[in-house]
Amino acid sequence: MSRYNEKYNEPIPDLAMVACPHCDLLQRLPELPPGGSARCPRCNNELWRGRPDSLNRTFALSAAAVVLYAIANSVPMLGLTIVGRAASTTVFGGVETLWQDGQEMVAVLVLFTAVIAPALQIGIMLAVVIGAQRTRVPTWVGSLLRHHPVTRIWSMIKVMMLGVLVALVKIADYATVIPGVALFVLWVLVFLLAAIQASFDPREVWERITWTEGGAYPAIADRTAEKTL
Amino acid sequence: MSPSGAVTAMGQGLQSCEVCSLVSRPAPDAKAGRCPRCGEELDFRKTASFQRSWAFLIAAAVCYIPANLLPVLTTTTATGSESDTILQGVVLLWSPTGWPLSLIVLFASIMIPSAKILALAYLLVTAQRGSAENNEQRIRMYRIIEFIGRWSMVDVFVDTFTAALIQLQPLMSVAPAPGLLFFAAVVVLTMLAVESFDPRLIWDTVRSEEVQHA
Repeated sequence: MSRYNEKYNEPIPDLAMVACPHCDLLQRLPELPPGGSARCPRCNNELWRGRPDSLNRTFALSAAAVVLYAIANSVPMLGLTIVGRAASTTVFGGVETLWQDGQEMVAVLVLFTAVIAPALQIGIMLAVVIGAQRTRVPTWVGSLLRHHPVTRIWSMIKVMMLGVLVALVKIADYATVIPGVALFVLWVLVFLLAAIQASFDPREVWERITWTEGGAYPAIADRTAEKTL
Repeated sequence: MSPSGAVTAMGQGLQSCEVCSLVSRPAPDAKAGRCPRCGEELDFRKTASFQRSWAFLIAAAVCYIPANLLPVLTTTTATGSESDTILQGVVLLWSPTGWPLSLIVLFASIMIPSAKILALAYLLVTAQRGSAENNEQRIRMYRIIEFIGRWSMVDVFVDTFTAALIQLQPLMSVAPAPGLLFFAAVVVLTMLAVESFDPRLIWDTVRSEEVQHA
């Protein structure tokens, strides 16, 4: 807190000006046709991609993801039978076993990357697109959206599915493996999450958002009004 | 303006928000402020990027040793128990049908973590020395290690679900072993190290670094 005084920076008038996050080159984003993308001329980083109908599509995909997520975490994912004995596990069952075997830290990590982060990733996305549809986009949308990249980095369903595949092949040496419903649901979820990623345009939400209650807010309100008029 | 002639936000005294990408100017008497749009704390570069990145990286390199030497799984059967390290797990998986997965685990668990530690160390050293060469290759290297890092978690999930399923005492049971904690630590620490590294430092030369620390 000490390094940062509570002062707000003054925004530059041209909201299409951006600095490349990978090389800091200052540049103006061009108008993009739907589906077109803008890359940084210095480091080739993709700065922006025009995504048609971003909010509606993301909303539909996120709503579907919520349902699949709920199913995936409530039914067995993997089962096996060996000489007449059967066993099965859910995603959470894996976490429980780690905890019971004294691997509490790893259990927490698996819980976070396979259960909590994906839930936050989907939940935040759904809340953001719902909030962003309002005429006056509330500030909480921004507070949620700022945490979205973190949940995306630590949400590892895709990686988990590869791990499950390897475990399946390993176990198939000793026992008959029974794929559970959650296994199929999770695979669909992997594709849904990728589709959400591809359809969501954070710039659109930030452009609609009500600016934070800082010193600069009134000046900005005037400026955006000028721009739209 | 940086010596290469490119107009950067920092060169213009502007700060760009990592969260909402708004470009803004700090008040004349302040070094850094908050983003007027989203309220994020702003700075020209990520705070203490070199120090944090090195700290996480060194910690990861230290954990890398027990992660590879200690067993990650213990299998107990009626006849006794046996422990496997990550590399032994790769070997065990190698079979006429299982070899593609064996290669995936070899790649994700052994090659990615070590390549990541070396690549990030290279990026840190060259950026700290103010190197202006191979910038395009170095930024590409950064993007690759940022993208592939999370895939190292594969082995943690393999061991988790193997142990969760094979609980058929006294016939056969599998339990995680101490190496798994160190291996998970390597994955998390290298991810944090890459997150702390500011790729814009690749493009900053000695002169603009002086501005930053002034």
